[in-house]
Amino acid sequence: MKEKIRQIEESAEKELVNSKNAKELDDLRIKYLGKKGELTQVLRGMKDLSAEERPIIGGIVNKLRDKLEQIIKEKEQQFEIEKLQEKIENEKIDITLPSTKVKRGSKHPLNRVIEDIEDLFVSMGYDVVGGPELETDEYCFERLNLPKDHPARDMQDSFYITSEYLLRTQTSSVQARVMESNEEKTPIRIICPGKTYRREDDATHSHQFNQVEGLVIDENITLAHLKGTLEVFVRRMLGEKSKLRFRPSYFPFTEPSYEVDVSCFKCGGSGCNLCKQTGWIEILGAGMVHPNVLKMNGYNPEKYGGFAFGTGLDRLAMFRYGITDMRYLYKNDVRFLNQFSQFER
Amino acid sequence: MKLSLNFVKDYIDLDEDLTVEKIAEDMTNVSSEYDSAGKLITATNLKIGLVEECEKHPDSDHLHICKVNIGTEILNIVCGAPNVRKGLKVIVALPGAKLPEKTIKKGVIRGQESNGMLCSMLELGLESKFVDEADKTGIHEFPEDAPVGENPIKYMNLDDEVIDFELTANRGDLLSILGMAYELGALYDKKVKDIDLSFSENNEDINDSFKVKVNTENCSMFLAKKVKNVVIKESPSFIKARLIASGIRPINNVVDISNYVMLETGQPLHFYDADKLGDVIEVRMAKDNEKLVTLDEIKRNLHSENIVISDGKKAIGLAGVMGGLETEITDNTKNIIIEAAIFNGAKVRKTSNELIRSEASNRFEKGLDPNRTYMAIKRACHLLEKYANSEIVGGLAKYDTTSLEDKKITVKFSEINKVLGLNISNNEILDVFRKLGFKYESDDEKAVVSVPTRRIDINIKEDLNEEVSRIYGVNNIQGILPETSARTGSYDKTIRGIRNKMVDLGLNETLSYVLVGEEEASNFTLGNKEKIKLLAPMSEDRNTLRQSIISSLMKIYEYNSARDNQDISIFEIAKTFYKSEDNYVEEQCLAALMTGEFYLGIENNKKVDFYIVKGIVEEVLDYLGYENRYSFIEDNAKLPKELHPYQSALISVNNDVVGIIGKVHPVVCKDDVFVFEINLDKLLAKKVGKMKFKEISKFPAVSKDLAILVDKNVPAQNLMVQIKKSAGSCLNSVKVFDVYTGKGIDENQKSIALSLNFGKMNATLTDDEINTIMEKVIKDLENKLGAKLRS
Repeated sequence: MKEKIRQIEESAEKELVNSKNAKELDDLRIKYLGKKGELTQVLRGMKDLSAEERPIIGGIVNKLRDKLEQIIKEKEQQFEIEKLQEKIENEKIDITLPSTKVKRGSKHPLNRVIEDIEDLFVSMGYDVVGGPELETDEYCFERLNLPKDHPARDMQDSFYITSEYLLRTQTSSVQARVMESNEEKTPIRIICPGKTYRREDDATHSHQFNQVEGLVIDENITLAHLKGTLEVFVRRMLGEKSKLRFRPSYFPFTEPSYEVDVSCFKCGGSGCNLCKQTGWIEILGAGMVHPNVLKMNGYNPEKYGGFAFGTGLDRLAMFRYGITDMRYLYKNDVRFLNQFSQFER
Repeated sequence: MKLSLNFVKDYIDLDEDLTVEKIAEDMTNVSSEYDSAGKLITATNLKIGLVEECEKHPDSDHLHICKVNIGTEILNIVCGAPNVRKGLKVIVALPGAKLPEKTIKKGVIRGQESNGMLCSMLELGLESKFVDEADKTGIHEFPEDAPVGENPIKYMNLDDEVIDFELTANRGDLLSILGMAYELGALYDKKVKDIDLSFSENNEDINDSFKVKVNTENCSMFLAKKVKNVVIKESPSFIKARLIASGIRPINNVVDISNYVMLETGQPLHFYDADKLGDVIEVRMAKDNEKLVTLDEIKRNLHSENIVISDGKKAIGLAGVMGGLETEITDNTKNIIIEAAIFNGAKVRKTSNELIRSEASNRFEKGLDPNRTYMAIKRACHLLEKYANSEIVGGLAKYDTTSLEDKKITVKFSEINKVLGLNISNNEILDVFRKLGFKYESDDEKAVVSVPTRRIDINIKEDLNEEVSRIYGVNNIQGILPETSARTGSYDKTIRGIRNKMVDLGLNETLSYVLVGEEEASNFTLGNKEKIKLLAPMSEDRNTLRQSIISSLMKIYEYNSARDNQDISIFEIAKTFYKSEDNYVEEQCLAALMTGEFYLGIENNKKVDFYIVKGIVEEVLDYLGYENRYSFIEDNAKLPKELHPYQSALISVNNDVVGIIGKVHPVVCKDDVFVFEINLDKLLAKKVGKMKFKEISKFPAVSKDLAILVDKNVPAQNLMVQIKKSAGSCLNSVKVFDVYTGKGIDENQKSIALSLNFGKMNATLTDDEINTIMEKVIKDLENKLGAKLRS
């Protein structure tokens, strides 16, 4: 009997260790440990043994069973690892193939500039306001100290709808609206970016363009405040090294009035094509709010003063991104639009 | 305004070392910007020469070989001008001379040595409108007394420098040499010299034989002076040169003097042939359809907005714009009536815009100084006496309602400092007024400034603030920020949020024109709204304000498609416009257009279809807080005809239509293009609650799938709405996960598979509870929508 067990042990151990896969292993398990398995047969034959021998042989058989089960378990684990390894190897991919994604959208460069200006002025306590694009002659001109026969109106050939209504030629129209609608006549600090329209169309003028208007009304507002504000604004938009030059000018709604030049950011002021060899680029118009404008819109010019400024945003966007032709802004070629999809730090 | 430095130096001494460029820059900083500054004639190395010999070139049919005496030597020069001849005095450009178009070198022309060039004024760079016929076809011809060897530019008084200023509309005073002299005087602290107004008069009086009548409020002043026995001839060269430098073509001494005085004083003059005029001048408004032949020999049809000069019977001139042909000065004119007047600027502007703009009309428009009107008529007499051998008739026929007094304006020193953000002394402020030539009386607090009438732009104390700021130097003011009150600014976060969301969803933002063609203006709109059209459009394709952004996006799609940009996903947030009864309405809208591929990557790329665009609309609406409040409604009757009838829908929020979505109709566009537009004003008016935390159930949820057969035309949305209604509060969500038609299914039916998710906040749902709900759901679907459970 012992000899039989020894033979089983020898052959089973050898066969199990040499088994090649899970199927072979399972067959061997049935062969030795199954219901009709060789080791099971030995156990069945134990009834013929004497009472003394029985526990001894039983112990040997159980020990052998434990041993074989242990080998089977180890082999099973081995095969599982091998199987997983094979699976992993079959899953190799080319990680350089293109990714799967929704394409990245983009914000129009003009709105990027507008948002930047909004953020800057909001941080200085300004409210961003809007106003009608289809405006009345009264708000676009008359309340800004530009009566009907004023020669400065020649500068702004307008798109009229009726004799009273027109597409606004300047965001300055919002000045009068804000002042008038502020019933308590408290201090004002606003900017208004938006579309404006003039009757001209050529390589450097689009009949539709964009401006931002700024207006501050308060007691004790000075020209020095206007200068400081514009310095912050222009440096933020065109570089911290920018210098400003104020030139006397004329707008009916401000007195004094200035045109403001910025030192050329391309050549640094030494003269180039962009600044037409002058070292300066005209960038905005500004001035102290004319007392007539204050009066017409309900503010007492003896108590309140203020400043206003306005600038064209199309050129600002062009300068900022190096856009070479203004018409790109309105063509909306997707090859153009796609270039403005990046986060700007 | 072209400023001749020679001209202005008659009235002001400028330091020798001031270059024309420096003056231009300095003026830009305190006064007016300039376009150009430099020499009138840039050509160098020129001499007056005498052609002593002139022989035909042996090898040419048009060239001549000349021996030209230039004082110091005799040069051999080959010349091709037809008017070159022996004895002619000419302009010689010596070797090394730089002309605008070329540099002169010694050379050999067809075998003959040539050591210079004989020139016309055109070759020296003078504009063709200023040169004689001889200069246009050949070389310039000097009179016999021209001094050989001298600089010809100097001889002609053209050794001048010119600054071309761009003046602002308020500085009409700078449209005169005197005005410029005062401005330069303030800049460089120099005194302006007196103008010579002297002349002698005969013992007649114009008022005995001539009357001025003004019958319109549009003429505030009219002066007339009579001059007899004028001798019409060429002007002296200094007058011609200064007119040329100022951009005006010399004609003859009399016409030139009227222009010269206008340049000096800013006051336009008009000269009439007194013998053709009669004994009266009347200023009045024209009658409608009144006729007048103007100087340019054009018959004008006048109307009641034109100011005219009449001889008492008919119009003989358009005031401030152009004289009439009938009373024009000719070579035979003997006696002259000089007009110096002030007409309403706005009326002159209107008339000149209709007819012709001129140096004179430009000055009337910007306003005139009545003191200069008197000065101008005297100055004209002075010059006519001197340069036209005239006899000046005594007396002045005049009509004058103007004030010749200085304007008194009181300013407070503290206020000037306050407004300008400065802290300068009273004396520094007063010094500005002194430099400007303004008289003043002052005490410690204030000054009463007497502003001369020449400064028509200064009327209120703020105007004097400006004078201080520019003469003191605005660039000397230190910039600071205004103090902020205790509040922050704000902007429209919602619009920016929508823009950011659309960009995040992968669309490109566009910027398109609001003006479109009339036809397309109402494309892709709901209902029939009145269009808003321009009175005077620039072109027919931009004559109407758009009612929908989609039509603009379609144009952008076409533009890109033509350039082989196939994958387009664009959006725009902008206003649309229409008229409603008497109101003009502008509404903020969001529109998008999508076509081609949207998802990127291999095997994952997918062409845009209705459901992708619908997903974007839903994402925007959910993001804005309208989750579960919107639906998509089929309505062929309402939807615009530009959309595909079976792939389009109204977008409704709270049962109110706020937009449209759909595929562009194949008739409009053969490609698969999808669009939507949402009226943001209408949408955002619907209130949204605050974002708030909801407790998450601690009990497990259970999912049940349901496959039903239903009529093909029953929208899935109806099934889901019914399921929500039937299932009650235990239903967390319902989703469609499969739709099937075809084999195994009746052709009028479709199979829809839905997944229902149940749960309760306070307990686990039992199988019995769920089964009861499911039975009710199935029964209701059967009864209300004719659906059957798919076995």
